[in-house]
Amino acid sequence: MALLDIKNLTIEYPDRHGTFTAVKDVSLSVERGEILGIVGESGAGKSTIGNAVMGLLQAPGRIGGGEVYLDGERLDTKSYSEMRPLRGKRIGMIFQDPMTSLNPLETVESQLVETIELHLKLGDKSSKARAVELLDQVGIANAAERIKQYPHEFSGGMRQRVVIALALCAEPDLIIADEPTTALDVSIQAQILELIKSLCRDRQVGMILVTHDMGVIAETADRVAVMYRGDLVEVGTTAQITQAPTHDYTKVLISAVPPSNHRVERFTRVDYQGDGESRVKDLDLETHWLGEGNRRTAESGPILSIKDLNKVFKSRTGFLAAIGASTHAVKDVSFDVQSGETFGIVGESGSGKSTIARLITGIHRATSGSMVYDGQDLMKPARGREAMLHRRQIQMIFQDPYSSLNSRMKVGQIVAEPIFVNGLAGSRGEALEIAKDLLELVELSPDAARRYPHAFSGGQRQRISIARALASRPRFLICDEPTSALDVSIQAQILNLLKDLQARLDLTLLFISHDLPVMRQMCDRIAVMKLGEVVELAEAEAIFEAPQHNYTQQLINLMPKFEKIEAA
Amino acid sequence: MESWRRFLESDFFYSFKKSPVAIVSFVVAMVLILSAVLAPLIAPFDPFNPATLNLMNGFTQPGEPNAFTGESFFMGTDDQGRDVFSTILYGMRISLFVGFAAVFLAMILGVALGLTAAMAGGRTDTIIMRIADIQLSFPAILIAMLIFGIAKGITPPDMRNQVAIWVLILSIGLSDWVQFARVVRGAAMVERKKEYVEAATLIGRGPVIIALRHILPNIVASVLVIATISLALAIIAEATLSFLGVGAPPTQPSLGTLIRIGQGFLFSGEWWILFFPSVTLLLLALSVNLLGDWLRNTLNPNME
Repeated sequence: MALLDIKNLTIEYPDRHGTFTAVKDVSLSVERGEILGIVGESGAGKSTIGNAVMGLLQAPGRIGGGEVYLDGERLDTKSYSEMRPLRGKRIGMIFQDPMTSLNPLETVESQLVETIELHLKLGDKSSKARAVELLDQVGIANAAERIKQYPHEFSGGMRQRVVIALALCAEPDLIIADEPTTALDVSIQAQILELIKSLCRDRQVGMILVTHDMGVIAETADRVAVMYRGDLVEVGTTAQITQAPTHDYTKVLISAVPPSNHRVERFTRVDYQGDGESRVKDLDLETHWLGEGNRRTAESGPILSIKDLNKVFKSRTGFLAAIGASTHAVKDVSFDVQSGETFGIVGESGSGKSTIARLITGIHRATSGSMVYDGQDLMKPARGREAMLHRRQIQMIFQDPYSSLNSRMKVGQIVAEPIFVNGLAGSRGEALEIAKDLLELVELSPDAARRYPHAFSGGQRQRISIARALASRPRFLICDEPTSALDVSIQAQILNLLKDLQARLDLTLLFISHDLPVMRQMCDRIAVMKLGEVVELAEAEAIFEAPQHNYTQQLINLMPKFEKIEAA
Repeated sequence: MESWRRFLESDFFYSFKKSPVAIVSFVVAMVLILSAVLAPLIAPFDPFNPATLNLMNGFTQPGEPNAFTGESFFMGTDDQGRDVFSTILYGMRISLFVGFAAVFLAMILGVALGLTAAMAGGRTDTIIMRIADIQLSFPAILIAMLIFGIAKGITPPDMRNQVAIWVLILSIGLSDWVQFARVVRGAAMVERKKEYVEAATLIGRGPVIIALRHILPNIVASVLVIATISLALAIIAEATLSFLGVGAPPTQPSLGTLIRIGQGFLFSGEWWILFFPSVTLLLLALSVNLLGDWLRNTLNPNME
């Protein structure tokens, strides 16, 4: 008998517009010691299954049909309070964000001991001993001393280890891990996945690993369930799913994952039930609006040249400014970007890569150093209309498509605004016509102009954001993690669009990301950053095939490799 | 028509339909406001026209015919024979006008100062918010009385009755801007960090346009909530000032003035002169306040 048996589970969310079925007729099982990966894009219902098993469905969600058995015991008919003795004791849970899943006001010890005493009914002393033992097992050095510390004294990865120890406290039979490494940097992600794997094997614990990341699944799971909009489309062993997927959606999903071991020209057709992908239409820069008057002033040399750039953030405000600490976010960074190339900056969180983008665009002021864009000194404020317009050639595409568009403005206004602000069109009506044309260029219908941003999905919003950036007639486009908030199939579409636009419009791209496989697909040259410094700068292929710096080697080795399975 | 249909299908209207408190308070507030606006059409008498008054009608009990004239009044009459129902309708006009105008003044002032503080930051922010803090450390009614006293002192005596209403509006408005400024500053500082504001900076928008065209529309919901709750408070503040005799003059009695006049007759048995204006004030303030609470919960669910 399987450890967990889910039979024909249907989960519904009734609301005033009718009933939304989040999970449709799904049957799954998990054996002891097995890791079952559930993979799918946002809205696929993958997290909902985990919550239903735990009895933690958020109202108004309800189980509309089907059965859930844990070791033969039926769970779906139990009430919230009947489930309580099972939660934690028999089913453990690991959450996504280790920054919020621990209580900041209690020591790690008291959180662990509380759980152990509650479920194992051990005395105070033996609970404490057990807690130390657990921390030791999840790989926290010096467990006996560190256990007295508060969560804020642990780094993100260490906290996730504490969360895992917490899930293991009561020796559960089943652990549900909901995106356990999504909030972590690559180097820490690899360690956590390794830990999860060995724990499941050694303790014979069954695990449901919910994630959107095919790389994580390929490295960790024994079997994979693929979900699409509430339907379970395919279940199989990891090798079968990754190498020989049978369902169309799985094929699409896998083809959309950027390969980490080689570069492809374009991502393959990636829409499964979409409107069909069309290539960006050809346009002649000599006659098109986008081509007017944005030629370079200096004909040769790098388009952007940065030397010894520094940025120190002071935590200031008020009378006590002198006491505030300062952070050296960017340290002596120098690089040149050539016209027409895609220059990548890669690094983990806190490496200063986004700060560089904001220094170039002038949102932050650099502390020292020099930045020259096409003959213009970016360290000084622009004087005069010509200089201002010249500077507007640098535009940016932001990370979060939900906060980068003003939700109170119609899409047409959003895209037309840069055009008339900068006097690039004769009248507002003309600006709106150009905006519609730009929307078409990013493969949205011109009707989009009349609607508000909330009517669009994340990927469509990112297209609007790109259209807005184009509306300033840019030559230099900074893309700050443009796809990290998007699903993998949408990511492929956006990356294809950026590649097409770059080729058509002769754009220079500065591409900032933490995602190495994506960098490999997009960039000609890559700068690797660590704690504000550039540790290595080389051709993209050289970075991946022959990394020189220790840190780069470490990053490359640790990135989840999707192809490993393919080769095996 | 299209936008009306969209409104009827919106989540906002849906949540209104599902909330009995909201419906009842909306209906009560609307009836009161409309009857105040339409007072000249509804009121059976014009309380400000001495020609229609008959002193013989003084102290008529509600609903009973007068002993001398035989006339009968729905809510009775006061000492001068004025119909209480009519004076309430006209009084409510003054109360509501002062309330709306004061909130409008406070809103303009508070939104402008709050946005300036959020956008400018640094010293400007500190100065504006410290003034706000100082003002908050006094009860609003004291501030209003202070401003009222100063304003009265500098207006010529023969103008006092004409400008009394405007002085009232000024003093309540000036005592109430702090709420707006604080909320607007907080909300604007959150919005300012969002990427759409960075995008607007990048295309060359200046700080004033960014504040007005980009940030303000995104925080207008919180301003609306504060405005509704402030309206109830402003009506009460006006009544308090008028009750204390420093507000609306007896020639233009507001609800507060009526209550002040009425309380003199409470122990001599003419209870209706006090009772009906008080109940009207209670209903008005309560319904607007409940409506404001509902609005806050609907527009901003995380604040509950």
